[in-house]
Amino acid sequence: MSTTAPIPPLRSQENPPFYRDVRVIRWIGQIAVLAVVVAVAAYLYNNIRTNLQAAGLPTGFEFLDGKFGSAIPGLDDAADESVLGAFWLGYLNTVRVILVGIPGCTIIGILIGIARLSNNVAVRTFGTLYVETFRNVPALVWIFIAHFGITLGSLPQITEAPTPLDAFVVSNRGIGIPWLNPDASGLMFVAFIGLGLLAAVLMAAYRGSVNAKTGQPARGGLYGIGAFLVVVAIGNFIAGNALALDPAMIDGRQVGGGLTVIPNYASLTVALTLYTASHVAEIVRGAIQAIHKGQTEAANAVALSTFQRYRFVILPQAFRIMIPPLANQYLNITKNSSLAVAVGYIEITAIFGRATNNAAPAIQTVVVLMGLYLTFSLGISLIANFFNNRLALETR
Amino acid sequence: MSTIKTQTPGPEDNPVAPDAPMPTGLDHGLRGLIRENLFKDTKNSILTIVFGVILGYVLYRASIFVFFNEKVTPDGGVRNSWDIISSQLIRYMVGTQFDGTDIGYPMLWGAIYTIAFTLGFASGRLPGDTSPPMTTRTKLGIIAPPVLAMAVILSFTETITPTLLVIGLAVPFFVGQRIPAILPESVLHRRTLILTGLVLLAFLLETGFNPGNVDNFGGLLLTVNVAFISIAACFPLGVILALTRRSSFPLLRPVAVLYIELIRGVPLITLLFMGEFALRFFFPSTFEPPASVIRAIIMFTLFSAAYVAEIVRGGLQSVPGGQTEAGQAVGLSPVTITRKIVLPQALRNSIPALVGQFIALLKDTTLLIIISQFDLLGVSDPILASPEFQNQGYAPEVYAFVAFIFWVMCFSMSRASQRLETKLGVGTR
Repeated sequence: MSTTAPIPPLRSQENPPFYRDVRVIRWIGQIAVLAVVVAVAAYLYNNIRTNLQAAGLPTGFEFLDGKFGSAIPGLDDAADESVLGAFWLGYLNTVRVILVGIPGCTIIGILIGIARLSNNVAVRTFGTLYVETFRNVPALVWIFIAHFGITLGSLPQITEAPTPLDAFVVSNRGIGIPWLNPDASGLMFVAFIGLGLLAAVLMAAYRGSVNAKTGQPARGGLYGIGAFLVVVAIGNFIAGNALALDPAMIDGRQVGGGLTVIPNYASLTVALTLYTASHVAEIVRGAIQAIHKGQTEAANAVALSTFQRYRFVILPQAFRIMIPPLANQYLNITKNSSLAVAVGYIEITAIFGRATNNAAPAIQTVVVLMGLYLTFSLGISLIANFFNNRLALETR
Repeated sequence: MSTIKTQTPGPEDNPVAPDAPMPTGLDHGLRGLIRENLFKDTKNSILTIVFGVILGYVLYRASIFVFFNEKVTPDGGVRNSWDIISSQLIRYMVGTQFDGTDIGYPMLWGAIYTIAFTLGFASGRLPGDTSPPMTTRTKLGIIAPPVLAMAVILSFTETITPTLLVIGLAVPFFVGQRIPAILPESVLHRRTLILTGLVLLAFLLETGFNPGNVDNFGGLLLTVNVAFISIAACFPLGVILALTRRSSFPLLRPVAVLYIELIRGVPLITLLFMGEFALRFFFPSTFEPPASVIRAIIMFTLFSAAYVAEIVRGGLQSVPGGQTEAGQAVGLSPVTITRKIVLPQALRNSIPALVGQFIALLKDTTLLIIISQFDLLGVSDPILASPEFQNQGYAPEVYAFVAFIFWVMCFSMSRASQRLETKLGVGTR
């Protein structure tokens, strides 16, 4: 303790030189990286402009009004369409796939997911077999198996196609089923459907109030469908069979009348639905397993049946967990619908391919394509967020 | 033999189903088990019968398809449907372009033997490893699918040589497994480096020391190469993107976000189209674009990196902030904190999702057919269109074979990931 040497100050009083200041370094580093990114982007953009001009391709979006110039099987006079019009037709075809695919994969996925948790060994084995088979093989292979193996391979030729009841056609040119013909019945058709829907809504509301008053099970959906069918049937009788089904028949070498499901659409949609269902099943299983076991025990304690347990206790809670990954799968099925290119079903990506083949500038066409797919992803996110908010746990 | 069960609760372990025999008045043993699991009450019995019949029918049709499958040839003869695979096996394995005389099958087998050695080296026990050894059941679960696949492929071969060569793979594998135990500590520190070097050596061997030869690959060889090169390349890119997105660099974050969201917004097919038809517009006309397969690999990498980035971002978010603060408290630099503290934990938490993404990438390589490459799936096209097999309904056999190979690869990958999760203690620490 004899020495009283002055303690050197912990920090020097003057600031470090600016080039050793960590904040300055960070900003300089960022600006440098950003400059490189911008420079590369500018270089690429400049190349695109020069190359497009050198190749005589337009650099704007005027080409969208030009003629598409390529025939689309199943869509008449597509060759006369503008490029934008062709994209719209392709867009509708994509919508047709996901309108069937999303509900389909959800229903099958939930059933298989529950089957994998069954007490019954046979049911459980079936679920496991389904999931492990479908999700470990690429979607494109399933589409090929469905298309070249089953649809084109096993369905009869159009010349020898069976026509059961003179109303159905089963052939590899398409499967025809009898369908309402809105053109023939005109306004009447729309009116009946509208009235039926109105009756269904009213009936469901009435059943809801009965349930609130007496405690009887509401079964709104069941009564609603019944009301709809009754109204439509009565209306059909009054108007003298205006809603007669239009039978499908063989029309030359095509399937005409009724509703024709073309083979590429059928193979694509069925394969994608079954494939995505295996992923949905895993999500469902995970979500159900995440529900506390006490919930099952409580449901058993109040003597709910297995169906009631899932319908009223387990699934409503599982949906809360399932929604984000489910939305992801819905996006996947939307993006996978582009695999239609491989079986010649014409949706957005196929239109994109044909347009670029017909000398539409590739870069701008990709921008259009990205924009169209963006509408799907935004739409699905919007719906998912809506349900997410509705089902979110209300905490204080 | 240790009786410690090291497997994670797999999909077949079911928390709802009672695993333990219940103390009821029923018979115990097999009869009681069957009764409890299959015929508990009327409803259960109906389910058992219905699904039993479905399973039995599927099994019956599948075995007919596999074992008693014959077709009538155009000249009136009858032949086994699977002849299409055995006569075209070379095309399915290496494609139509791979030149056996030039680069040579010896080099390819050399590469395969190197990979076997690498796998053995990677799975060998380290001297200080105290974790319980794998049970026989776990080992069987890991090796059964690939062995089954090899047996199926070898059953299509017409000479004995490939079978002998495949059986010979056991030698480098077991030699590799013994290596870590005898290597000095200082060398074992560089284990990752050695493994990387071995994989690179295998790649150089199979391409005859000219990486551009990938363009000549086809069939399974092309599929495996495209998948693994893309996986190896997209992983670091994805980690960098994730770190950038999570960083405190206000100028760089939007770049990462823009990239990730743009790529995730479009289907892979459109990117492959871009690579095939539009990439040349991005470069001066003097620039010679790389081969089609290389461009596809670039596109697979760019595509997958965006998904890997989102997965790693999730992993980064799951690391508590206290970890970073602890690093700062002991005076580590930000780079060291990320490299030594945050990233290892983040990556460990992302393993299941990462492997899922890599499996998806492997499955996505089938899209090579869209840009007219003859990968495992694409090579079926010219085979089915060849005069020998045209219009005779061989599609089910061909696609079933392809599906089987993909199934084994994906199934093995997911099993390996489950094993890795247990080893690293995902979700338990």
